[in-house]
Amino acid sequence: MMPILPRDSPGSLYCMNETTSPDWAALRADFPILDQQVHGQPLIYFDNAATSQKPRRVIETLRHYYEHDNSNVHRGMHELSARATAGFEAARTRLARFINAASEEEIVFTKGTTEAINLVANTWGSANIKAGDVILLTEMEHHSNLVPWQLLAARTGASLRFLPINERHELALERLPEFLTPEVKLFSFVHISNSLGTINPAADLCRAARAVGALTLVDAAQSAGHCPLDVQALGCDFLALSGHKMAGPTGIGLLYGRKTLLDAMPPWEGGGEMILSVRYEASTWKNAPHRFEAGTPNIAGAITLAAAADYLDGIGREAIFEHDRRLAQYAHERLAAIPGLTVLGPPLGSEARSGVVSFVLKEVHAHDLVTLADQRGLALRGGHHCTQPLMRKLGLSSSARASFYFYNTQAEVDRMVEILAEIERFFR
Amino acid sequence: MNFDELYQQLILDHSKRPRNYGELDGDGVIHVHGDNPSCGDEIHLHVRFGPEQVEELRFTGHGCAISQASASMMTLKLKGKGREEAERLLRLFHDRVAPEGDGSDDPGPRELGDLNVLSGVRQFPQRVKCAMLAWRAFEQALEEASGGNEGEARVSTEEAP
Repeated sequence: MMPILPRDSPGSLYCMNETTSPDWAALRADFPILDQQVHGQPLIYFDNAATSQKPRRVIETLRHYYEHDNSNVHRGMHELSARATAGFEAARTRLARFINAASEEEIVFTKGTTEAINLVANTWGSANIKAGDVILLTEMEHHSNLVPWQLLAARTGASLRFLPINERHELALERLPEFLTPEVKLFSFVHISNSLGTINPAADLCRAARAVGALTLVDAAQSAGHCPLDVQALGCDFLALSGHKMAGPTGIGLLYGRKTLLDAMPPWEGGGEMILSVRYEASTWKNAPHRFEAGTPNIAGAITLAAAADYLDGIGREAIFEHDRRLAQYAHERLAAIPGLTVLGPPLGSEARSGVVSFVLKEVHAHDLVTLADQRGLALRGGHHCTQPLMRKLGLSSSARASFYFYNTQAEVDRMVEILAEIERFFR
Repeated sequence: MNFDELYQQLILDHSKRPRNYGELDGDGVIHVHGDNPSCGDEIHLHVRFGPEQVEELRFTGHGCAISQASASMMTLKLKGKGREEAERLLRLFHDRVAPEGDGSDDPGPRELGDLNVLSGVRQFPQRVKCAMLAWRAFEQALEEASGGNEGEARVSTEEAP
């Protein structure tokens, strides 16, 4: 098999001894984009929940593919096509390993998390959901794990239920039996909330759903690449993730689905690649996963995503998780000292907090805050974070958000605190 | 650009102490509700038109400093203006803040006066709709007035036209 990665590509040390902590400073140097000034100040990139940056090695993989191996996949009968196909299918196998799927046939490449969820809603959903059925979501879902189900419910006459959040901004687990009843056919929930930073006990939730005969879908957009992910341990039926939030390129993500489920799902998009044979009147379909990959796939994206998976596993996702949590906890402590600033999400020090820190500053609308922060080189995000119903429930029009990744540093957090204190004084 | 340029004291002042803040009731008052759904800015604009001119304006609302300051400054600017003059100011303001402008740093048309400080928004395309919200509401009020309507109308910066 041809190598996916260029042999002489620059890269950081990635054969780490498990007991030593990664050299975070050396890893940061892998990210060329971080080394720039914005409005005359050093860029501080704290918008990782929106998208992550890419290390040189991942960018190199993309370049190498287009400079050496690019061709269309699957049916070509020449050397480049063979290389591209091998690279693409090897990427599928690599991503299966990344989440411990039972086989590469359980990995469907999509544009991202949103498309993956829509795929399930429109294929599994259309074939299995009928009037009277219930789809259980939570109050903290991102629009991508809400709207597809609204559309499905409207089409089929099914209804949606929402597991509430409590005052700690965690799911009200003690109320689960009330919500997870036999009419629930699917429990679709977010692993780590992009809006609150809350980590949900995904394995427990999947177990509870199984007990009432409901399938589960885990929205892993914020957790993939930020912590270890094992679909066997989670026990989920479906899982969706996005490449661009885990050091990979945009335009690629995946849907994981149990083989038996995928094989029973009707086609999604129709076209080339997903068919077996085509006549004018009718066609037959391939098995999963190819059944759900019509047209030329994002070949370069998939191959590059596999390189991102390699890069992250070289560091260790457990180590990344601990880094982000420690940094977020430090940020939480320091932010809470700014007058009028309230941090959202579970309490300081909670095990259910991740690397996402959202907050509101009294008297300062999030958009004003984020615009002013930008003037100091600090990239935050402000708004409803694609969770309008959640924000409405919390009585907020918007919040500001800092979200970390393993290349962010304590010094950057200190600078953020300085900038926010300045903004608070400015508006006083 | 530093803090001061976009969020000049003027904008801060207007957002903290909005002028003409309140409601208007009675005959001939047009009420328009405007919002930016994606960021939560809201303006409730109340306009009384006389036979030839904008007699009185009031607004209430909440949201970012840009949206509230723009509304406050707008009410000061438009009060007492003839309808055609008001329309002209609306267009002038839009051209001043819309990102398609030539980006020049000139002080802006004299008629806009204090409103020129909002021109910095041009460099922040995401914030243009904040500055425009009150003005869109006023545009709607003008249309309602020409249509001979009284009563309520709604405008959103994010609805399909």
